[in-house]
Amino acid sequence: MICQNCKAKEATVNITRFVGGKKEELHLCKDCAEKLLGGGDFLSFDFSLPDLLGTLLKPSLPFWEESRPPSLRCPKCGLSYEGFQEIGKLGCSECYKTFKSKLVPLLRRIHGNTRHGGKIPLRANEELARLKELERLKEELNEAIKREEYEKAAELRDKIREIEGKKV
Amino acid sequence: MKVEDIKLEWLKGKGPNSNIAVSSRIRLARNLKAYPFPSVAKRSDLEGVVKEIRELLHKDPYFKPFSVLMLGELSQIEREALVEKHLISPDHANNGDKRYGALLVEEEGVLSMMINEEDHLRIQCFLGGLQLSEAWRIIDQFDSILEKYIDYAFDEEFGYLTSCPTNVGTGLRASVMLHLPALTIAKKIGRVIEELSKLGLTVRGLYGEGTGAIGNLYQISNQITLGPSEEEVVDKIEKIALRVIEEEELTRKHILKLKGLELEDSIWRAYGILKHARLISSKEAMELLSKVRMGVDMGILPAIDKNKLNELIIKIRPAHLQLSIGKELSPEERDKFRADLIRSSFTGGEK
Repeated sequence: MICQNCKAKEATVNITRFVGGKKEELHLCKDCAEKLLGGGDFLSFDFSLPDLLGTLLKPSLPFWEESRPPSLRCPKCGLSYEGFQEIGKLGCSECYKTFKSKLVPLLRRIHGNTRHGGKIPLRANEELARLKELERLKEELNEAIKREEYEKAAELRDKIREIEGKKV
Repeated sequence: MKVEDIKLEWLKGKGPNSNIAVSSRIRLARNLKAYPFPSVAKRSDLEGVVKEIRELLHKDPYFKPFSVLMLGELSQIEREALVEKHLISPDHANNGDKRYGALLVEEEGVLSMMINEEDHLRIQCFLGGLQLSEAWRIIDQFDSILEKYIDYAFDEEFGYLTSCPTNVGTGLRASVMLHLPALTIAKKIGRVIEELSKLGLTVRGLYGEGTGAIGNLYQISNQITLGPSEEEVVDKIEKIALRVIEEEELTRKHILKLKGLELEDSIWRAYGILKHARLISSKEAMELLSKVRMGVDMGILPAIDKNKLNELIIKIRPAHLQLSIGKELSPEERDKFRADLIRSSFTGGEK
């Protein structure tokens, strides 16, 4: 693996840390690790901003305010937010969830919209219908419990279990 | 299937408004849920994508006419010829090999799909004339059949997930290629481009970004992919293309009225050069072919088969010339063979 900071030397120092309850891994070469960890300051990670997309991605808040904790990283493909800023491309479908809070304003700037209004693949559609049905039943269940209609609640609970069991 | 065997249906010049609307094209960007996008994927992931597509060919009779071409197994000239046919992007031709890139295509060249380009799948439907809604119908069906076998990267909120956030949502880019010589001569094209960009549409040259409008051919396409539905985008571009076509026709009439003799002269001269030149660059050929196309359209020149004019757009490109001659050619040699090809296709081409 190549050092995430200098992107030149072999990464020999692997650091696992927890930021906001999320596990993050850093892979650095010896020199970068000394340089960065010596001062105990992860913020000194430098990243280069690409031209067009980079400009859009630039936070309007001062960098240090919005980017703490630094290096938001996709758990599935390992792409960091800085990495995305550099290449302008996301790494996998999970990236959209990981970087969602940062992507939404970006999408609004690019498309003037943040919600898909077109075709839904049939299979995804079935899954969505299932989730919506679950949501509806859970609400009903809460209502039933509030009204102390325990018989109905039990019925609803069974239905919810049944649908949850069908998970695709 | 060989690169030479791929015909292109749109070159036949059929379809509504095909005098000015040369072609209609739709592409859909799709990714497989199970694999990282090509920019970060490992070789084994990319091989997995190709494998899944290859397996499809046997799973559904719908895919029977399709073949997979691996870019790594093609020569540089063959890859360039695919770019000239608009079946792959220049990036796919140059870097596709490193990404285990491939092309799924059928002989008519109506439906094709780049594999492991910027996204795992880039499906394309290409028709002649102004028929974006028909192209959408065809590509929608292809996409739906594909989806029976493949789990797409899809999100309820963001739609089809793509490597670049500029394509997320429908992943759809619809474009119409229009031949607009009169608007160009009358210097109205700048205004048209400006107005279209206000409507969220982009106007580019024949071979995409930064290529300039060679031969007065312009591509109008949508920019936004998140929010509007596929039908809305297709409908909008079709309506606007019709409006631009109308403007081109009006401008032609206007020029004919004001400077008719000059226009006729320049069209006949273009025809003369194409019929007699011994050396011709592709830029000059495209400019002259544009005039001839307009001349035929306006009844100034004798009728020439539209198919022939369309085919020349592709056949005079460097890689196609070299493929047809069967060897590498220097630019000077190409100018000679290009002139030969054009001359021979115009001799006896008059009806």
